[in-house]
Amino acid sequence: MRVQLFVTCLNDAVFPKVGLATARVLEAVGCRVEFDERQVCCGQMHLNSGDEASGRDLAVRMAEVFAEAEAVVSPSGSCVAMARHFWPKLAGDTGRIAAQKTFELSEFLTHRLAQGLGRGWTPEFAGRVAWHSSCHGRRGLGLLDQPKALLRQVRGLELLEIESEDQCCGFGGTFSVKNPDVSLAMMDDKLDALEATGAEWITGTDSSCLMHLAGGLSRRGSRLKTIHLAEILAGGAD
Amino acid sequence: MSGGGITPSDRFEKAVKLTLADGQMRANLRHATTTIRRKRQRAQDEVPDWQELRDRAARMKDDAHARLPELLIQLEERVQDAGGRVHWARDAAEAREIVAAIAAGYGLNRVVKVKSMTTDEIELNDFLASRGIAAVETDLAELICQLAGDRPSHILVPAIHRNRREIQELFRRTLGADLPTDNPAELAEAARLHLRRTFLAAEMAVSGANFAVAETGTVAVVESEGNGRMCLTLPRVLATVMGVEKVFPLWSDVELMLRLLPRSSTAERMNPYTSFWTGVRPGDGPQEFHLILLDNGRSRVLADPSTRETLRCIRCSACLNVCPVYERAGGHAYGSVYPGPIGAILTPQLLGMEHGEANSLPGASSLCGACLEVCPVKIDIPRILVELRAKAGVKPAESAGLKAAAWAMASPRRFEAAIRWARRGRGLAPLLPGPLSGWLQGRDLPEMPARSFREEWRRSR
Ligand code: SF4
Repeated sequence: MRVQLFVTCLNDAVFPKVGLATARVLEAVGCRVEFDERQVCCGQMHLNSGDEASGRDLAVRMAEVFAEAEAVVSPSGSCVAMARHFWPKLAGDTGRIAAQKTFELSEFLTHRLAQGLGRGWTPEFAGRVAWHSSCHGRRGLGLLDQPKALLRQVRGLELLEIESEDQCCGFGGTFSVKNPDVSLAMMDDKLDALEATGAEWITGTDSSCLMHLAGGLSRRGSRLKTIHLAEILAGGAD
Repeated sequence: MSGGGITPSDRFEKAVKLTLADGQMRANLRHATTTIRRKRQRAQDEVPDWQELRDRAARMKDDAHARLPELLIQLEERVQDAGGRVHWARDAAEAREIVAAIAAGYGLNRVVKVKSMTTDEIELNDFLASRGIAAVETDLAELICQLAGDRPSHILVPAIHRNRREIQELFRRTLGADLPTDNPAELAEAARLHLRRTFLAAEMAVSGANFAVAETGTVAVVESEGNGRMCLTLPRVLATVMGVEKVFPLWSDVELMLRLLPRSSTAERMNPYTSFWTGVRPGDGPQEFHLILLDNGRSRVLADPSTRETLRCIRCSACLNVCPVYERAGGHAYGSVYPGPIGAILTPQLLGMEHGEANSLPGASSLCGACLEVCPVKIDIPRILVELRAKAGVKPAESAGLKAAAWAMASPRRFEAAIRWARRGRGLAPLLPGPLSGWLQGRDLPEMPARSFREEWRRSR
């Protein structure tokens, strides 16, 4: 299967390793990965910040890039939720066609493994890992146990449960800078819960939430580190 | 000053600085919302067709709102047929005048109150006081707010920001109660003794309404403590202030609401007291009934098809209890008797999106979606928050940032240039427009990598 990698603007600019790891995982389960350089941003940040016109313009551009693909896979629950729920509204038929073939990485992998594809895939990662459930993946895409089920297949990995998994970490896009006081209060409670698990790593489907949590951990001087799910599934940080 | 109105005096992001600093309040809130969250989930899980019930309730509300004028006129006729009187109030000021005139017309200087969001919305108590009429709250939590001079901070549990020990102190001080401990039963008993005297002497009650039925002219109040039942049956005069969106066409419509509301609000299968009344009945209950139908911005909300589902709200408060922003910020930060997620969409719409303080409220959300998940009438609060952010308009400085980012992102080449710029300046500006100081207040920035993904990709393939 030929898969278009929808890397997301944040991973492209700040977390290239997440994009590379996603490509490696997809190849490990037998996909041919392509990257269309015309892609930039799904439009979510603008839409959620009240700039609907810009959000629409960016969404239309992305939908046009992906409408011709066989399948589109992204290491971000949030950007995929944007595609699925808003591209059809913002970009009409093209938006609908693109949205229908766009999947979040763990969603796509779960589906593929269930079909018996990707037998040779045997990820390894040594460490105690806590799972952070991002809201848009959880509530927007229904990603509840799928990512954790994938993590349980990783050799050497100990998966730890966190208190109040369904609570938001406080990122929320521009909410994090426009309402920093509440955002940080939410982050602090989340970091307390994550630290209480005794994990060495926090992982999740979204670099945005992880960037916010990592920023807080660094400020705390914590030893806990963040790592994207794709990096773990690709066999660890490189 | 119980009551409080719906007009915030500060923007949310400013008001929240004060409330976040109140550690005691945050601890009280966290404890209370965590408990009620778990219980609500259990109450929902007991109902196998919960999701279908939500769909039906949403449709029922939408259908009723689509024919609101007709239903309200039918309601008016039926209430009059049954010996009641109906008054129409365009706004809060008119509604307050009507209630005051009713009390004055009977020569009364004291009314007892059933807990009601609508009368808090119109700031009835303070107004009555200014006319020499004392309004006495009879719901335990409203009474606590009234005695403490607090604004309510939660739709269902107005004193959720207070704990037992604080209430023990308050009752000692204001009711002169002999309270050696903060045992809840003893606190409730002190309030009960105080209120019993009040009920027996009351000649007029003021209430809100949970529902009204157009075909029968019936009005309903759902409550837990029995104070409502006392107010609705003992005094000679009853005045009910009801938002126009509360009317249903059929008596049978109420059944569905009574299944959804208690489980969503108090996590009970059935609430202890549900009172229905239709006009007046000689020799039984109030002999004078006035129904005040309040608009106060609701027609404006209804006029916008993209956000009008806001008016489906049955004030269960489930969305408050699951909201991570509400849990930290507390109700007072919203500056309105409607706090939390529903307040963030209802308050600015009632006041108009040009209201410079209220239009900050749709920003008071990380868009986590927990509210939509629990709302019994399935109001898509996250979607409406986003719609309202667009309607509120973006501030010029921020708009410039967003436009610059959009310009850069509209072309892969410009985007690459922006990334290189960010790398040199160590800033995330193209990706996170808005004040960088907000980020740095409690977070470090990530290291910018030497190469972007697309550069890496080109090198490796
Ligand atoms: S918006 Fe929904 S959940 Fe919130 S109070 Fe209203 S009915 Fe309840």
